[in-house]
This record gives sequence, structure tokens and C-alpha cells, in this order.
Amino acid sequence: MSLSNEQVNEIAHLARLRVDEADLPEYASNLSAILSFVDAMNAADTTGVEPLAHPLEMPQRLREDAVTEENQRERFQAVAPQVEAGLYLVPRVIE
Amino acid sequence: MEWEVVIGLEIHAQLATRSKIFSGASTSYGAEPNTQACAVDLGLPGVLPVLNKGAVAMAVKLGLATGCTIAPRSEFARKNYFYPDLPKGYQISQYDLPVVHDGAVTIELDDGSTKRIGVTRAHLEEDAGKSLHEGFEGVTGIDLNRAGTPLLEIVSEPDIRSSAEAVAYMKKIHTLVRYLGICDGNMQEGSFRCDANVSVRPAGQAEFGTRTEIKNVNSFRFVQQALDHEVERQIDVIESGGKVVQETRLFDAVKGETRSMRTKEEANDYRYFPDPDLLPLEIDEALVEEVRSELPELPDAKKQRFMDDYALPAYDASVLTASRELADYFEATAEAAGGEGKLAANWVMGELSGALNKAGLDITESPVSPAMLGGMLRRVSDQTISGKIAKQVFEAMWNGEGDADTVIDKHGLKQVTDTGAIEAMIDEVIAANPEQVAQYQAGKDKLLGFFVGQVMKASKGKANPEQVNELLRKKLAE
Repeated sequence: MSLSNEQVNEIAHLARLRVDEADLPEYASNLSAILSFVDAMNAADTTGVEPLAHPLEMPQRLREDAVTEENQRERFQAVAPQVEAGLYLVPRVIE
Repeated sequence: MEWEVVIGLEIHAQLATRSKIFSGASTSYGAEPNTQACAVDLGLPGVLPVLNKGAVAMAVKLGLATGCTIAPRSEFARKNYFYPDLPKGYQISQYDLPVVHDGAVTIELDDGSTKRIGVTRAHLEEDAGKSLHEGFEGVTGIDLNRAGTPLLEIVSEPDIRSSAEAVAYMKKIHTLVRYLGICDGNMQEGSFRCDANVSVRPAGQAEFGTRTEIKNVNSFRFVQQALDHEVERQIDVIESGGKVVQETRLFDAVKGETRSMRTKEEANDYRYFPDPDLLPLEIDEALVEEVRSELPELPDAKKQRFMDDYALPAYDASVLTASRELADYFEATAEAAGGEGKLAANWVMGELSGALNKAGLDITESPVSPAMLGGMLRRVSDQTISGKIAKQVFEAMWNGEGDADTVIDKHGLKQVTDTGAIEAMIDEVIAANPEQVAQYQAGKDKLLGFFVGQVMKASKGKANPEQVNELLRKKLAE
């Protein structure tokens, strides 16, 4: 399977990456190569094999429902670019 | 052309756990911004989610109450999208293997008929934070207290055929989650909200029409309005030769209509994949049994029992079992009233509910306790007071004047059942109204009501109305 430049742009947008127009063909060919590995794996006969959700053969450990975290807002916000009135500030997301 | 409406609802119920689904931060509502957002909730590097057993148990509870299959093994997946109130860049949710699936609930419609609505699945996921756009110039404020709060998304089959059925289904689930104690059901705070998928098709057609999704509706009334508007819109589009576009729409409560979200807001390509940070969730028989043993009596069973044990009509039983608190109040009242179920039902649904509504109080905040109300009803059934005087006693109890016996004593409200005393009053009334007596005796039967009224007035409402009626008839016939 081979990806078009347009599809690469779409994937980049979903990941919020800026891609140089000049680099598109190279990305397209690299990503297409990855997809052909997937094709190769898809060709394997997996009849009777259960889908694997996780490589570790164990179930999820559960924690008791108890509050164990204290308020550490000051420490977390000390490394935030911009805060006000206890809120993290980000560039405006709606018009 | 006749159109058939097809609706499916996705209800998000915020689970009433103490801590978050994947972290030990508190979930309590209304805290200072970001004081309940820990490193896991913020998605800081190096942290790992650990699943909350309480949230799992609550999902199992809902599953058992709706006859779902509890999946012995389910998985968590990442739903990827960028938004500032989602710090990790993905929401942890469940995709192809949800925790419970394939159940149903029975809804009751206004005409008394019932209908089965399938529950496709319910899955666990985390809520996002909150974006605050007001009050800032060119920036958005982010509060992550809500990030990581456990949600149960309950997905119905497309079995719903009208907005009224949709509301009945939503109310049913709302009642159920509150009975189960897994969600506080507070719609204003967003603890219980729904997305509605809706389409129309010509009556008799097998294939579904193109559907739209109405996002985030948070009241029963809005669900009805949004669906009614959207159905009408879709029919208009088709009848004028157009095609319904599959899209997400928002309900504008002020205008009472739905509008399209801009495609930029949409762009749904979530690229789900299993979350490598979380192992598969295994639920063994022991956990299922533990949860089953904690199940309370469910609304349908309670309703049937109220009809059987207290001889209540279906309508009363439905109203009284709408919430566990109301049902408990009713039962305690009926017991205190010596088992007078119908009398207790009338008072709880009538006078008490009216007074609570007026005062803006919840049943749990009633100034009149079930023991007080039941005690008063005992005085009604043993004829100490009449039903009419009872209203006066109720008001006094509501205003904190003590229990029924105290109020009856203090205000001298004991019913007059002494035949001699009532006869004396009747004689006075007859003597004072010779004209009406003549008319009555000439055949104007309706005047009996006038005489009853006069006697009751003379007794300050304390005469036993049945006795007054009986004695009046006798005296006037003389």
C-alpha cells in the first residue's frame, strides 16, 4: 500500500505536526514501507489465534477506591507556561 | 408520507466514586480549580494509570441491573484527539471489548403500555477537564479537576421510536443509576447527560435513514425539544428533495433548535488502539457475586411490591418508586400510619410533594418526617380528625409546631363525633334558614351541600362530615 502526499498531510495534521512540502515524498515512501510490513503480517494465517491486547500475560491490577493524592497545584503550576486564578492558560481555542 | 423515527441514546453517567478512575485524586465537586488534578490526571511524563476497583464494581452493578452480560475480559483503548482540556492527547475509553453488554430495560409510556429498549453496551472511560472561555482576553483557562473522573457510557439499541420514548428511557436509566447508588444523577452539574442519534425513514422501510448525532443534552425537557426539532428538520430536508448529512449537531436551548457543528470542530478520526499502559480487565465470578449481593431492590420490583402489598394503583406505584428516597419515605409513612397504603400515598404525592415543591426542598429535607405524617394519618383513620382538618394539622407540623397529637391538642382540632352536639348545630342551622329548608323539601336536593357547609362552618370544620351528612338528611326529611 502506498500513501499519497495528501494522506501524509492528513496524518500530520491529526498528530499536529508541521511537515515541509519538500519532505512529503520521503515521508510518504517511509510510511508506505511501514504499511507494507503490516501487509506482510496480515498475510499470516491467524485462524484460531486470539487477538493480543497486551504482550504481558496478566490481568489489570485494581486499586481500592480511596483518595490518596494531595493537592500539589503550586508545584505543578510552577512549571506551567502561564497560569491565572488557579487555571492553566492556553491559546484561545474558540473564536 | 408517513415517517418513522429511529433514536438511540448514549448516556454518560458520572460514577460516584471517591477517587478518579485511574488516579487517587478526589472527585468531589466544586473544589478550587486544579486542586484535584494530580500528576496522572495532568498526563505528566512517567506516570501510569491504575484502575479503580470501585468504578469497575459500579459498571458491573449497572450491568446486572439491566440484564447485561458481564464481560469476563475487557480492554481499555486510547481515543486520540487534541484539545487543551485533554492533557494526554487521548481519552482512555473502551472500544471493541466493553465491560458489560447486551442487556435491556423496560420503559413505561404515558398510555400505560410498556416497551423493551435494548442496552447494547456500557463502557468505562475517563472524563476530560473543563475549558473556560469567559473572562479571558485571547486565552482559555483550563481546570483539570474533572479530568479522569470515571464515566459509564450506556449505549442503547436504536429501539426508540419517538421523543417521548427517549425521555422515558432516559428517566428509566436515571432512576436506575440513582437506585444503584452509582451516580448522583445531577444533570445541572453534568453528572448525567446524553447524546442522541436520530434518523427518519419512510414507515415500513427496513433500512435506517442517515442519522445525525445531537451532543451533550443535559435535561429531559431538552432531549424532547432537541429530538422533536431535529426530526422535523430531517423530514423537511427530505421532503424538499434534499439529503440528510451525517454530522454532529448541537442543541441551542435558547432557540429550541439544533445546529450543525462546524466541520473543524468535528474531524473525527480517533484512531483507537489498545492502551499499552493498561492490561486487560478480568472480572471473575467472585467479584460479580460480591456486587450482586449488594444490589438493592430495583425500581420495577419495588413498584410491583407496592402494588401488591399496599394495593396501590400502577400510577401511584410508579410515582412513588421514581427515586429510592421517595419510596423509602412512603414506606416509612405507610408503616407509621398502620399500613394505610393508599392514604399514605395520597398524602405523600399530594400535600407533601406540593409543599416540598413550593419550598424547593428535596424529599430528604422534608421538615415533616414519615413518623409525623404517618402519626397524623392514624388520627385520620381513627376519626380523631377529618381529612380537611388534617390539612391544617399538616401545615402546623410543617411549620414546626410538633407532631400531630400536639397540634390537635394545642389548637383543639379534635373532630366532633358526638351525635348530640352535631344535632344541636344542625337544629340551629335549620332554624336560621327556613327558606332553604322549604326549597329543599320541595325537591331542590342540591341544597344539601349548602346545609353541610353551614354546619361544618358552625363547627369550625371539626364536625365529622359523614355524620353531618347523615344527620342532616334525617333531620331535613322530618
